[in-house]
Amino acid sequence: MMMMMMMVMMMVGSPDVIMPFGNTHNKFKMNYSAEQEFPDLSQHNNHMAKVLTPEIYAQLRDKETPSGFTLDDVIQTGVDNPGRSHLEPHDWFLLLRRLQSTRRRVAGAAPWGAAGGHENPGRENKTRRHPFIMTVGCVAGDEETYDVFKDLMDPVIEDRHGGYKPSDTHKTDLNAENLEGGDDLDPNYVLSSRVRTGRSIRGFCLPPHCSRGERRAIEQLSIEALDSLEGDLKGKYYALKNMTEEEQQQLIDDHFLFDKPVSPLLLASGMARDWPDARGIWHNDNKTFLVWVNEEDHLRVISMQKGGNMREVFTRFCTGLTKIEDLFKNRGHEFMWNEHLGYVLTCPSNLGTGLRAGVHVKLPNVSKHEKFGEILKRLRLQKRGTGGVDTAAVGGVFDISNADRLGFSEVELVQMVVDGVNLLVNMEKRLEAGEAINDLMPEQK
Amino acid sequence: MASSFTRILSSKRNVGILSLVGGSVAAGFLLHREHVTAGEPLRRRYPASAEYPDLRKHNNCMASHLTPAIYAKLCDKATPNGYTLDQAIQTGVDNPGHPFIKTVGLVAGDEESYEVFAELLDPVIKERHNGYDPRVMKHPTDLNASKIQSGVFDERYVLSSRVRTGRSIRGLSLPPACTRAERREVERVVVDALSGLKGDLAGKYYSLTVMTEKEQQQLIDDHFLFDKPVSPLLTCAGMARDWPDARGIWHNNEKTFLIWINEEDHTRVISMEKGGNMKRVFERFCRGLKEVERLIQERGWEFMWNERLGYILTCPSNLGTGLRAGVHVKLPRLSKDPRFGKILDNLRLQKRGTGGVDTAAVGGTFDISNLDRLGQSEVQLVQTVIDDFLAGSKYGVCVLLRSSWYRL
Repeated sequence: MMMMMMMVMMMVGSPDVIMPFGNTHNKFKMNYSAEQEFPDLSQHNNHMAKVLTPEIYAQLRDKETPSGFTLDDVIQTGVDNPGRSHLEPHDWFLLLRRLQSTRRRVAGAAPWGAAGGHENPGRENKTRRHPFIMTVGCVAGDEETYDVFKDLMDPVIEDRHGGYKPSDTHKTDLNAENLEGGDDLDPNYVLSSRVRTGRSIRGFCLPPHCSRGERRAIEQLSIEALDSLEGDLKGKYYALKNMTEEEQQQLIDDHFLFDKPVSPLLLASGMARDWPDARGIWHNDNKTFLVWVNEEDHLRVISMQKGGNMREVFTRFCTGLTKIEDLFKNRGHEFMWNEHLGYVLTCPSNLGTGLRAGVHVKLPNVSKHEKFGEILKRLRLQKRGTGGVDTAAVGGVFDISNADRLGFSEVELVQMVVDGVNLLVNMEKRLEAGEAINDLMPEQK
Repeated sequence: MASSFTRILSSKRNVGILSLVGGSVAAGFLLHREHVTAGEPLRRRYPASAEYPDLRKHNNCMASHLTPAIYAKLCDKATPNGYTLDQAIQTGVDNPGHPFIKTVGLVAGDEESYEVFAELLDPVIKERHNGYDPRVMKHPTDLNASKIQSGVFDERYVLSSRVRTGRSIRGLSLPPACTRAERREVERVVVDALSGLKGDLAGKYYSLTVMTEKEQQQLIDDHFLFDKPVSPLLTCAGMARDWPDARGIWHNNEKTFLIWINEEDHTRVISMEKGGNMKRVFERFCRGLKEVERLIQERGWEFMWNERLGYILTCPSNLGTGLRAGVHVKLPRLSKDPRFGKILDNLRLQKRGTGGVDTAAVGGTFDISNLDRLGQSEVQLVQTVIDDFLAGSKYGVCVLLRSSWYRL
């Protein structure tokens, strides 16, 4: 009865109207054989291209998720960004960067901000040129993508997440009490600490596929939830399209402001549509807890501060996340999560915890050691420059973070970072004193 | 009642459901999804008012004409291949435009877009094409180059002459919406037809995916090579998908007749040569076009064309003739005259830098071409360009002379 009062039904005759965007909803594609439609992946070097065979394509191409997301939608970004050919996405990125407006923050040895000091205030280094990290080449348009297209997604996930099997389960642990230590990373070396993750709101399409109405609803829900936060988490929302010049400048100075993505990896998937509609930044008054709304994911949650107290950063992270989740639940919404994939996000590389915990740390000596790469690998850590994409670390300062996302819990990953960074700092001190570090070499974790 | 309800609901492909719940925030955007017991997860749907784009900061033709009422009327419609209004306007939503340059802000995904979304497209066409009303007017097509009078310019000033247009293959979706197979079909059909060209039109095809380094360099040196679009006006419309699959360049051996395949349109056809013989350029243009049309018709295809809109292309700004006839001309003195802009306006001409649209003129050399595309035939437009130019003067300054000059 209530449903009848509240619902208006609309019969839509054929042709079916399905979600906007996705030129790949073209119905004529079924007039052609799978072979005629199969993309040319001969120049490609991304996870999707390695996995997608003509057989898999033929099997999945007429399927769609309940919201109408198709296989062609999933793979478009991977087709358009080969990875290692003359069409390097990085080259386009550099070209477009030069065309950007002057308000964008200049890359340099910038203090750690939400972006980790990277050139695009909001954009993390998506490791386009990292020798060990291949781009994923596919995205999800909704939660069901991972299920409907599992014949493609499962092998991509397995490849990307160190052999994670379709039958594996992922453990979620956001109890910061379970972390050992982490409050005393030497601040003479560790300049700042940061933890980030993402969350998606169940029942809504993800950024590559959502309509304007959905995106606005997500923004509205997020604002309501975040406005209810109290204490040291109390803060304010800044919508990208409404902010004043002053607010904008302040956010730039704080290194919080994210801008419209320029990376072709993101643009090709459709997540930048309708920019800047329903996008915004929320942060607490202390500027230690930050949430991005409707950028690459529904929500990106970041906790950070100067110095080496990773424990405090992680505690605030967990507290904040849990509170936000409760606030959403009170309004009848939950986060996308399941036992197998953990938290579900747009990019398969961010499944599980979606967590990147890292520090900016001075390692001028260790980084020059011939075994630096091997040490990081064994510690399950990853290095990035702090001065912007593709720059070498400036002044020997590196961004060191966990390499894994899925198959380990949040606590486990942060523990790895804490323990690993402590070890690296000890090695640094030894090398500074002219001593050897062979006895400190770690085992493979 | 409940059973018919659930039966209808379970057919996910044919039902759109709007749900409205009281208690939403004042903005009216927030909608609460009812949990329906039909079983299958449903798509979240919103009323048109919640989906209507925010166009307050926009300055393009689409934004000028897309009222909430028109949006509500058209947002649930789709062309036979499934192309929707939201797809058509995406480029205009994503590119608010410039205060001084009014872009069109929407594209067609196929021939039917111009019919299904006519309520939006007709006023846009009218604004963009100087009052041409597609609802009542007819567009004349005339590719009879023999009608052209004079048309040879003073080569001391006119460095090169060029005529371009586009053609779309009927039955295949346009670049914003085409599938990979459709795009490959366009390539196949056109390349096949072009291989039938003979004499001074005989030439060769260079596919972007397989060209050699050497071929690529040659094409760059000839200024023939087109590259993946970087302009967000184009990329936001989806025309750069799957690049460089099924894209290529064909040109004749003499390098005076060139065809781009699957760039912004199915085909772009260009006739050009150094110097000022516009008449010959246009003659080759017409001959080449007619020959290509004959060759595709032999194979059972035809170009998209109708009486209302002439030749159908991706961007509404290129309807009608899709023709841009122009020259690279040295006007160092005239271009500094403060009346230069007004002169061009009166003559229905447009200036660009020699690098093409959005470039600056280098060394006082301009690209001057016709402004209009729709409402006049090809012959009329080219004749206008020709009449607007008079070679030389006793002071060695090339001036554009017409009665309109004296009306300034």
